[in-house]
Amino acid sequence: MPEGLITQPVPIEGIGIRTRPQPDYVDAPLRAFAIATVFWGIAGFLAGVYIALQLAYPALNLGLEYTSFGRLRPLHTSAVIFAFGGNALLLTSLYVVQRTCRARLLGGEDMAWCLFWGYQFFIVIAATGYLLGVTQGKEYAEPEWYADLWLTVVWVAYLIVYGGTILRRQEPHIYVANWFFLAFIITVAVLHLGNNVAIPTSFGSTKSYGAASGVQDAMIQWWYGHNAVGFFLTAGFLGMMYYFIPKQAERPVYSYRLSIVHFWAITFLYIWAGPHHLHYTALPDWAQTLGMVFSIMLWMPSWGGMINGLMTLSGAWDKLRTDVGLRFSVAAVGFYGMATFEGPVMSIRAVNSLSHYTDWTIGHVHSGALGWNGFITFGVLYWLVPRLWGRTRLWSERLAAWHFWIATLGILLYITSMWVSGIMQGLMWRAYDHLGFLQYSFVETVAALHPYYVIRALGGVLYLTGALLMAYNLWRTVRSPVAEAPALLPAAPTPLSAAA
Amino acid sequence: MANTPERDAVTDAVTGTATTGHEWDGIRELNTPLPKWWLWTFYATIAFAALWVVLYPAIPVTGATGLLGYTARGAADQDRAAQAAAAEPMLARLRAAEPAQIVANAELRAHAIAGGRVAFANTCAGCHGAGGQGAPGFPSLADDDWLWGGKLAEVEQSIRHGIRAPDDDASRTSLMPRFQADGMLTAAQVNDVAEHVLSLSGRATDAAAASRGAGVFAENCASCHGERGAGNREMGAPNLGDQVWLYGGEKAQLIRSIAFGRGGVMPAWEKRLDAATIRMLTVYIHSLGGTEAAAQ
Repeated sequence: MPEGLITQPVPIEGIGIRTRPQPDYVDAPLRAFAIATVFWGIAGFLAGVYIALQLAYPALNLGLEYTSFGRLRPLHTSAVIFAFGGNALLLTSLYVVQRTCRARLLGGEDMAWCLFWGYQFFIVIAATGYLLGVTQGKEYAEPEWYADLWLTVVWVAYLIVYGGTILRRQEPHIYVANWFFLAFIITVAVLHLGNNVAIPTSFGSTKSYGAASGVQDAMIQWWYGHNAVGFFLTAGFLGMMYYFIPKQAERPVYSYRLSIVHFWAITFLYIWAGPHHLHYTALPDWAQTLGMVFSIMLWMPSWGGMINGLMTLSGAWDKLRTDVGLRFSVAAVGFYGMATFEGPVMSIRAVNSLSHYTDWTIGHVHSGALGWNGFITFGVLYWLVPRLWGRTRLWSERLAAWHFWIATLGILLYITSMWVSGIMQGLMWRAYDHLGFLQYSFVETVAALHPYYVIRALGGVLYLTGALLMAYNLWRTVRSPVAEAPALLPAAPTPLSAAA
Repeated sequence: MANTPERDAVTDAVTGTATTGHEWDGIRELNTPLPKWWLWTFYATIAFAALWVVLYPAIPVTGATGLLGYTARGAADQDRAAQAAAAEPMLARLRAAEPAQIVANAELRAHAIAGGRVAFANTCAGCHGAGGQGAPGFPSLADDDWLWGGKLAEVEQSIRHGIRAPDDDASRTSLMPRFQADGMLTAAQVNDVAEHVLSLSGRATDAAAASRGAGVFAENCASCHGERGAGNREMGAPNLGDQVWLYGGEKAQLIRSIAFGRGGVMPAWEKRLDAATIRMLTVYIHSLGGTEAAAQ
């Protein structure tokens, strides 16, 4: 097989692909979601690089409120999580649900276009609000009430489209990827509604006040915030993994049983882990303890996904040499495993007393965000974009390999610099001299971070550079002439024999 | 559940494991059992959790602290109490000693400077700079040009009661009037007196104006700054003949000071810091380089 040709493992020897009718899948709006994923990804990474540089060189705040760290930081986090990650999730969930249910999307193209433009509109009104200083001041839930209401409309439509497509499925069973996508859609709806109960000061005003206050507000916020990680960035992206890794590896999923057990364990345990964000605060001790132990119990359920992702490559590890998309996906699962081990460790109260409020937390988040969410999305885009546009191959596997190594180096610089600076920061805060006095003033601990902030920004620049290479590669792929050969070549069949 | 192979379950040749028989868009699933190490580690974390919620507070009832009797607040109080108990003997000696005695005793002095350095960095450095070098509007504490006096007792007085601190009756209060804004001088007179002040350090640009300004100075400024502008620490009136300027020594800056007055504020730290910390700060600031003999 020529290098770079994409393959489709449809016919399986010994079983034979059932000659079942395939519906006319809705794909045009998905192409728009793919473009939006790349566009918002680059915008979000750029904002991240800029604010990383602001931390190293505060003059880059420019003395303007619009470009100050406080306003650009939520712009960055929302752009990468909700704009980049959200579009990637909409893209993949709508692609996967149709194929694995063998059903056309409920509502057809029109409904998918409504979702697309409705979601982009939410992103734009949220982002412009941040720049103008309109915010609820709740981390990862900054959009004010009018944007929240709009997102609710879009999200309920998403749930109807997605759930309705599952209901009209032509397959007897619901594939595991859809369990995860559905858990993601439903739980995010619940979290969004629960955390954004607010009363506007007037219907002409952007300002609202939350219904809860004090420690109750903090607890609701971190119930939301932690499960935004758990269900948006974990469950949703596991849904991606469960479809695209078997597709890229052309191998069966490693363990159906593991997928069931770790799915239910994750959905049950994750939702209680939020209080570990509020160790050593006014939150009652009992809630802190429960948040910690639920986080620790989450370790293996999280790793269940990693095992299923990695072990699906049994018999196909050689593909890592030739398929850069798969290499991204597998590295992503590795970072996922690393971050989901680090998380339970950091949730332990005594560890948290060192790590909390330091850059360690930032490094932890980014090993998950850059490594897991970013890489698996890149892996999916390299696989999916040629297919969505009916091209036989990626324009350049070589350029994609450059993307992989540049971005990997960027992540390593990012997380190692944040480990060092975070742990150093935590140790400096608690250091006493031999006479019993604090050894460092706060400002001395800030000054000590500077070199690590420069390294972190460099890591971000590398990651952004990789994403720009990807955008160029995908653009050239889409612009390349449609080959005479059929777009999707049959794969060399995986040897399977009928059960005795 | 999945142990029963469905109608078209097949065995995967690579792993020798049966599939579940389901297939979606070409994707199949192996019916691999749960990895043993995974399952047992999962059980272990559950056991750990069960143990932990018995040992530590995990029940939403007031006073239910778990077998170890731990509370986060109690643990923090214990830490602080232990810290305070360890520090107390030396702090008691610092409170009892006059600053001059502290400076004279090597052990006390070393302790005071170590503690004062931290207290300074966390309390004072924001305005006065990390090394006490000062900033426009905030005097340097590392030179020998003192507004209110650089002897130990004077420094301590300034720290305890602040400068123009509104909530302390013993605070130092005098301030530079707003000569033009309040109609005491015309703009032309302000210009002249600014030239005169420049002339005190040999920098006048307009000799005629400077000489006109001398009279204005004598009538309006000399009572605080002295006839020759040498300053007066009783009033916190700076020496105008040196090249040290709190608000800048350029003519425009002098005109602004004269026309619109000055009156920077420092909090009265007595209300916010304990006596030993103020002692340590006094000794530390005194050690920064602007020393005036301790015994005076």
